[in-house]
Amino acid sequence: MRQFCQLFRQLDRSTGSQERVAALVAHFGSVPPEDAAWALHCLLGKQRRRLLTARRLREIALDATAMPEWLFQASHAQVGDSAETIALLVGGSAEAAAGIANRPQEDEARVDADQPLHRWMERILPGLAALPEAEQAVEIQRLWRGLSVEEVLVMVKLLTGSFRVGVGAGLVIQALATLSGLESVELQQRLMGPFEPSAAAFNELLQTEASQERLSSRPYPFFLASPLDAGRLSDLDPAQWLVEWKWDGIRGQLIRRGGAGFLWSRGEELINGSFPDLLEQADPLPDGLVLDGEVLVWPAGQARPEPFAVLQRRLGRRNPSAALLRSMPAAFVAYDLLESEGIDRRKEPLQQRRERLRELLASGVPGALRLSDDLPLSDWNDLEAWREKARDAGAEGLMLKLLASPYGSGRRRGSWWKHKLEPMHLDAVLLYARNGSGRRANLYTDYTFGLWASADSPGPDASPLTSLPMDGTAPGGATPGQERRLVSFASAYSGLSDAEIQELDRWIRRYTTERFGPVRAVAPVLVFELAFEGVQRSSRHRSGLAVRFPRISRWRRDKPAAEADTLAAALALIPH
Amino acid sequence: MVLPPDGLLRLTPEGLYCPAAGAWIDPVRPVPRALLTHAHADHARPGSGAYWAIGSSEGILRRRLGAGIQLHPMAYGQDLRLGDARISFHSAGHVLGSAQIRLEAGGESWLVSGDYKRQADPSCEPFEPVRADGLITEATFGLPIYRWRTGQQVVAELLDWWKGAPARPSVLFCYAFGKAQRVLAELRQLGVEEEVLLHGAVHALIEPYRQAGVELPPTRPLAELDRGTSLAGRLVLAPPAAAASSWMKRLAGAQTGFASGWMAVRGVRRRRGSGRGFVLSDHADWDGLLRTVRESGARTVLVTHGQGEVLARYLREVEGLAADPLATGRAAEAEGESSEDHELPNDAVPISEERAG
Repeated sequence: MRQFCQLFRQLDRSTGSQERVAALVAHFGSVPPEDAAWALHCLLGKQRRRLLTARRLREIALDATAMPEWLFQASHAQVGDSAETIALLVGGSAEAAAGIANRPQEDEARVDADQPLHRWMERILPGLAALPEAEQAVEIQRLWRGLSVEEVLVMVKLLTGSFRVGVGAGLVIQALATLSGLESVELQQRLMGPFEPSAAAFNELLQTEASQERLSSRPYPFFLASPLDAGRLSDLDPAQWLVEWKWDGIRGQLIRRGGAGFLWSRGEELINGSFPDLLEQADPLPDGLVLDGEVLVWPAGQARPEPFAVLQRRLGRRNPSAALLRSMPAAFVAYDLLESEGIDRRKEPLQQRRERLRELLASGVPGALRLSDDLPLSDWNDLEAWREKARDAGAEGLMLKLLASPYGSGRRRGSWWKHKLEPMHLDAVLLYARNGSGRRANLYTDYTFGLWASADSPGPDASPLTSLPMDGTAPGGATPGQERRLVSFASAYSGLSDAEIQELDRWIRRYTTERFGPVRAVAPVLVFELAFEGVQRSSRHRSGLAVRFPRISRWRRDKPAAEADTLAAALALIPH
Repeated sequence: MVLPPDGLLRLTPEGLYCPAAGAWIDPVRPVPRALLTHAHADHARPGSGAYWAIGSSEGILRRRLGAGIQLHPMAYGQDLRLGDARISFHSAGHVLGSAQIRLEAGGESWLVSGDYKRQADPSCEPFEPVRADGLITEATFGLPIYRWRTGQQVVAELLDWWKGAPARPSVLFCYAFGKAQRVLAELRQLGVEEEVLLHGAVHALIEPYRQAGVELPPTRPLAELDRGTSLAGRLVLAPPAAAASSWMKRLAGAQTGFASGWMAVRGVRRRRGSGRGFVLSDHADWDGLLRTVRESGARTVLVTHGQGEVLARYLREVEGLAADPLATGRAAEAEGESSEDHELPNDAVPISEERAG
């Protein structure tokens, strides 16, 4: 545990990739495989199991410190992270003691910190979760007394299944590649999907020959496109490119191997449970097959797929009911073929892979498996014409792929481009702000914006958090008899520069009108232009609208709040 | 609760005022008589008629407020009579020449803590517990998440950090008055006799410390070093503002660190982006604040700076004292250097007033 926390500290403190990879190599190279396996599991963010809730741990921390709950909350507001707040409140006693005197009890207190990571992960932490409440509190407090602030932080995050460290999978894989001499791409593929944190699995991972059995259900690493850099296109021949719709669903790989079917999302999750209809339709496909495509909700006979929000409902439901399957049938739009007849086809040119795909899907395969349309391009002007049609087609833009390109891995610029629709824009008024977390803890960086609605417009805006009635003194107040109010419409936290965030943070602190826990209502004065990919009706949002990927595109310092956009303007953006 | 209009202390637009003495404590605007707790720019401002402050801060005060100011140097514990008031200055352990100011008149006594810390600091006199009926305390770090390790422990880590990078310079950002000298004095205590390089702003404040007999390693302004000189393995101390300035050009490739109490929080550390955070503060931590309140014996406590509301509520609800936050107007008007930003730093950009609506 101590070594793992040291690694955590090194990764947390260093900013250079080289330094981080070096720390990872040193760690993986020095700890026994059973601990390396757990370290890898945690670093890749695969430790998601929640053994105890953050609430329970807070209770235990409050009990340990005999502190009123409001004081914990005030501390949390400053720190922005529950586990770190607990760590700062309870951790480091042994360290502090070490600073004061020669430390007879210190070694004893540190015994637990010296236990290896696998023991913490397999025994100590699950053991804590299994204890009856009273004993659990006592035992956790005893452990805390022997741990440093950092160790408590790591322990709490592991217990709540929220352990993350600011190091990308790429660097971890790079470190393993350095250590094993294997190619990064090979390691990346071996690590797709779940990883069982055992010494055997770790040793096998780094072996020169991978066992076939382990890989049978595994997807290939996804190849990703970069935003179009038109400058790098124009002098090339349009006939060398494949243009297709960029669908707004879940990128996935559909696999048939060993007589079974597997559907993986790009997030490396097996989503068989949510899409039994797709797997059933894929049943007749030949064995040894991997398709790359998009999972969508797309009822037969309908010109356009359903928007992403509908798909989300399918995704969230394991073992969906027959009724749900009927009303929201899934479809798989195949973009690419990565394996057929059990042979890895990724090095073949795209043109050839598409040919195989076309043959496969032409041979009497059911309707939910579709081939992605090939949009003809006679010269580059056609590109913008297609892009303009994307919204009507229900797509979020275009994909451009070089027909000669192999199927790579990760995001490599040059052969695959995405060309998304121009986002939609609305000018909205800042209504609420709350703290960000992590690097943004203690800064008001999560913003909620409102649009104008006429006072008589319907909407369930009863709670104080959702509407802010305008009074006569507020800027931009409507003329009497024609009252308008601001209704919260979208939340966004990206798009401002650091300097703007800091300026806005000061403004928010100064012009707070009310506080609701961590949320501050502010004077409805500042206007921001929001960019987003689409609007849908939604009964779950108070404005009656759900916005896709909202972000701030600009601070409209030139615009008074009264001139911000209306809900009606947002409604008009919904495709008909 | 506010200060009663007929009491020993009251709040005026100029700041905290003692009518019996006809004097203000750390006034924010020019007044006839100013009692200064210490020489940080947010406590010592120019333009007042006469000043009283601890003698060891005289050099710094004259440099900052003007060589010709009328300054009455005080010793710790020395008795001062102004009007009907008995006044004394007591060590605050914050920086060289820092004081708590105790005022007494008409059977009522108050202690104004100024900025203070309870930890050992070889660059200044240790904090002296003082009793009074009422206490005005700071609460910059008034949350239980702030618990300091000793300066010695932190500077020992800093030394390891410096010595761990022999191939490149190590730049430590720290406040130019107080923190930098504390780091140097701690390094000296750890046996460092090697020359440390300084940014001009830090160098300007070294001499008063040496004159006061504080033992420091040899120092030299970085600017005095020839352009071509290798800086590998050298330690350089600079104020935080230098981080984003062209001054850093010469130190390209350096490892950087920042010494501040705010570094206790990971998010703040990460937001600063560069380098290592060393949790080292010249303000009292949570336990230090509570201990000071208890040792003062005060029944009434007013809390300024930072977490005033939190500490005051804790003192009311848990310690059973009469306690309230007190807005002195200093935090809002604070400009320029202070020992440590009293509010969590966000590298503030001034906000234009017309957007206030």
